[in-house]
Amino acid sequence: MTPSSSIAAPGANPAPEEHHDHHPSYLVDGTTIKSWLLTVDHKRIGLMFLFWVLVFFLVGGIFALLIRVELLTPGPTIMDAMTYNRMFTLHGLVMIFLFMIPAIPAVFGNFMLPLMLGAKDVAFPRLNLLSFYIYLGGATLALWGMLNGGLDTGWTFYTPYSAHTTATVAPVLFGAFIIGFSSIVTGINFIVTVHTMRAPGITWFKMPLFVWAMYATSCIQVLATPVIGLLLVLVTVENLFGFGMFDPARGGDPVLFQHLFWFYSHPAVYIMVLPSFGVMSEIVSTFSRKNLFGYRAVAYSSLGIAFVGFFAWGHHMFVSGQSTFVGGLFGVLTMLVGVFTAIKVFNWVGTVYKGAVEFKTPFAYFCGFLFFTVFGGMTGIALGTVSLDVAWHDTYFVVAHFHFIMVGATIMAFLAALHYWFPKMFGRTYHEGWGLVSAALIILGFNATFIPQFLLGNNGMPRRYYEYPERFQALNVASTAGATLLAFGFIIIALYLTYALVYGKASGKNPWRSKGYEWMSESPPPTHNFVGPQPVFPEEPHFYVDPKKAEVPNAV
Amino acid sequence: MQSSSHAAGGALPVPRLAGHFASLEVQNHAARLGMWLFLATEILLFAGLFICYGIYRFLFPEAWAAASRSLDLTLGTVNTVVLITSSLTAALAVHYAKDGKNKAVAVQLGLTLVMAVGFLVIKYFEYKHKFDIGTLPGRFYSYEDIQLPGVPLYFTVYFCATALHGIHVVIGMVVLSFSLVRALKKADFGPNNFTMVELGSMYWHLVDLVWIFLFPMLYLV
Repeated sequence: MTPSSSIAAPGANPAPEEHHDHHPSYLVDGTTIKSWLLTVDHKRIGLMFLFWVLVFFLVGGIFALLIRVELLTPGPTIMDAMTYNRMFTLHGLVMIFLFMIPAIPAVFGNFMLPLMLGAKDVAFPRLNLLSFYIYLGGATLALWGMLNGGLDTGWTFYTPYSAHTTATVAPVLFGAFIIGFSSIVTGINFIVTVHTMRAPGITWFKMPLFVWAMYATSCIQVLATPVIGLLLVLVTVENLFGFGMFDPARGGDPVLFQHLFWFYSHPAVYIMVLPSFGVMSEIVSTFSRKNLFGYRAVAYSSLGIAFVGFFAWGHHMFVSGQSTFVGGLFGVLTMLVGVFTAIKVFNWVGTVYKGAVEFKTPFAYFCGFLFFTVFGGMTGIALGTVSLDVAWHDTYFVVAHFHFIMVGATIMAFLAALHYWFPKMFGRTYHEGWGLVSAALIILGFNATFIPQFLLGNNGMPRRYYEYPERFQALNVASTAGATLLAFGFIIIALYLTYALVYGKASGKNPWRSKGYEWMSESPPPTHNFVGPQPVFPEEPHFYVDPKKAEVPNAV
Repeated sequence: MQSSSHAAGGALPVPRLAGHFASLEVQNHAARLGMWLFLATEILLFAGLFICYGIYRFLFPEAWAAASRSLDLTLGTVNTVVLITSSLTAALAVHYAKDGKNKAVAVQLGLTLVMAVGFLVIKYFEYKHKFDIGTLPGRFYSYEDIQLPGVPLYFTVYFCATALHGIHVVIGMVVLSFSLVRALKKADFGPNNFTMVELGSMYWHLVDLVWIFLFPMLYLV
C-alpha cells in the first residue's frame, strides 16, 4: 500500500530554493554530542555506522596484513602458530560480522533508503538507533573476548573443536549473537519501510534498484540470522557447560552443526554481496547516462538470488559425509545462483553498451567489480561442481574464490558507493585524480593478492596452515606484495577523503547529474530530507532517455 | 525529532502520529507488519532447535521414548491448558481495548500475567525434580533408571528448548505489563488506539504457539 495523504502538485520539485536557508543540513542541525549520540535521524545513524564500520575495517585489515607477513617465509616469521590461528580467526570474524555484513546496508542503506523512497525517515527510527547500539555492544563484547585470549577456531567455529578449545570462545560468540540482533532489526526496519513509506508515485516497479537489492538483503537478514543466533548460543553453552549437543562423544552430531551453520552463513554471503549489486545498478546507469537495461530482470534477480541462496548451503559440505545425491542436488542449486547473477551482469553490460560513459572514480570501481564478480562467480561455479570441489576443498583456491566474489565485489561496491554518495552525504567533492589512482591501485593490488592464491590452491596448499613447503614461497611472497599494494590504496583513499571532508569544494546539489531519486533533495539533505510537502515522483528511476523517443541519442 | 510508532501521545485518545508517517493508518500498518516479521524471526529461532530435535529423535528413537516417559505428563498438560487459557485472555484484552474498556483490558492482562506466573512456577517444580533425580543435559546426566545412548541428548534438547521458551515467557510478561500499566494509569485505549495491546498479544500467542509444538514433541513421544 502507498501512503496517500499530502500529495503535492504533480511534477513539483521538492526543496524549493527559498526554503533552503531555513532548513540547515542534517550535519549542522544540532551540533552537541548528545544530538549525535541520541539522534533518530537515519542519516546521522548511517554516518555513525560508517565511522565504526571503517574502524573495524582497519582492525580486520591489520589482522590480514599480519597474516600475510607471517606467510612470507615457509617457517615461523613473526608470530607463533597459536597467535597465527587467532589472527586468521579474528580477521574472518571482524571482517564478516563487523565490516561486511553491516557495511553497505547499515551505512548506505540507512542513509539512502528513505531518500530513495521519498520518505522522511525509516519506519522505526528509534529501533534504527537501537540497532546501532546493539551493534556497538556486541562488537565491544567480541573485541573484549579477542583481547582476553582470542578465538582460534577459524571464523566457522566448527564443533567439536570450538566446544573444547581453551581459547575464549564464549564472549566472542555471544558478541556475534548480539550483533545478529542488530542485523535482524535493520532488516525488519527496511522491509517495513519499503512496504509502508514509499512516497506517492513510487510503485514497486518504480523503486530504484538499490532499494530492490536492499529489500532482498533484508529478507535474508530476517530469515537467516535467527538460525545462527540460536547456533551461537548453543555453541556458547556447549563450550561453557558441555551439554553435548554437537559432541560425538555424547551422541551429538557435528555435521548437524555444519548444516545449521551454513544455513545462515551461505545466505550471509548474499547479505554481503546483494547490496553491492544494488549499488552497482545505480552507478552503472548514472555514469553511462542511460536507463538501466532490463530493470525488471535486475529487480527480480535480486529476489531470485535471495531465494535460491537459501537452498545452496550444502555445497560447503561436499566432503562432510553428505550422500552423493545430496551433493549433486546442492551443486545444481548452487549453479542457479550463477544464472541469476549472470542476468544482472548481462544487464549491466547492456546498460554500458552505447552509453555515454563518464569514467569517474565510481565507474572505475564498477569495472573492477564486474571483473571480480565474473571471475569470482565462475570459480564459484567450478567449486559447485562436486567432483572438482573434492580436490579444491579447504585449499587456497577456496580462499581466493570467496575473497574475489564476496570481498572483492563488496569492497568495490563499498568504495564506489562511498565516492558516488560522498557529495550527497557531505556536500563536498574529493580529488578525482587521486580517486582514479587509488582505484587502480586497489584493483591491481586485489588481483595481485588473490590470483597467486588461486594458483597456490590449485597446487594443493591448504588454507589456514601456518607452515608450508619451500616451493610455495614465491606465490606467497607475490600475494603479500599485492596485499601491501592494496593497503597503500586504502591509505591514499583515507587521506584524500579526510582532506575532502574538511577542505573539499562544495559539490552542489547533484554533481553527477544523476536521475536517482536520492539526488532530488539538497546535498547534504536537511534533517527531514525534503522541505515542504511530500515530493511526488512522476518519472521512473534511472530515467535518462525516453525509450519511446530515441534509440541511441546524444545522452549527455 | 522524537518519533516512533509507539510514541505515547499524552492524554490524547489516539497515539501520536510520528512525523515521518503519512497517516495514522500507515503507522499502525507499519507497526503490525514489523511485528509479523519479528514473529517470523522467532519461529526461525526455534526452528533450529526443532531440527536438532528431529535429527536426534530419528537417531535415538528408543532413548527418546524412554526419556519422554520420565517427564511428568500431568504437569505438562496442566501447563498447556494454563498457557492456552492465557492466550484467550490476551486475545480478550485486545477485544476490550478496541471497545475502549480499559478496566476490562487491565483485568484480562492481569489474568494473563497470573497464568504466566503459574506456568513458570509449574515449570520450576518440573526443573527441580529433574535436578533432584539427575535427568540433566550432557555430562551432568546421572539418572540410573534409564541408561540408553542418546538419553542425555534428549535432556539437552529438553532444557535448551524449555529454557529458551521460558525466557520468551518472561519477555512476553514484561511486554504485556507495559500495556497493563498503561490501561490502569492512562486508560486511553480505544478504537483508534489498541496497537500496543494487539502487538503484545501477538507476541504472547507466539509464545503459546511454540509451547503447543513443544508439548507433544517432548511429552507425548
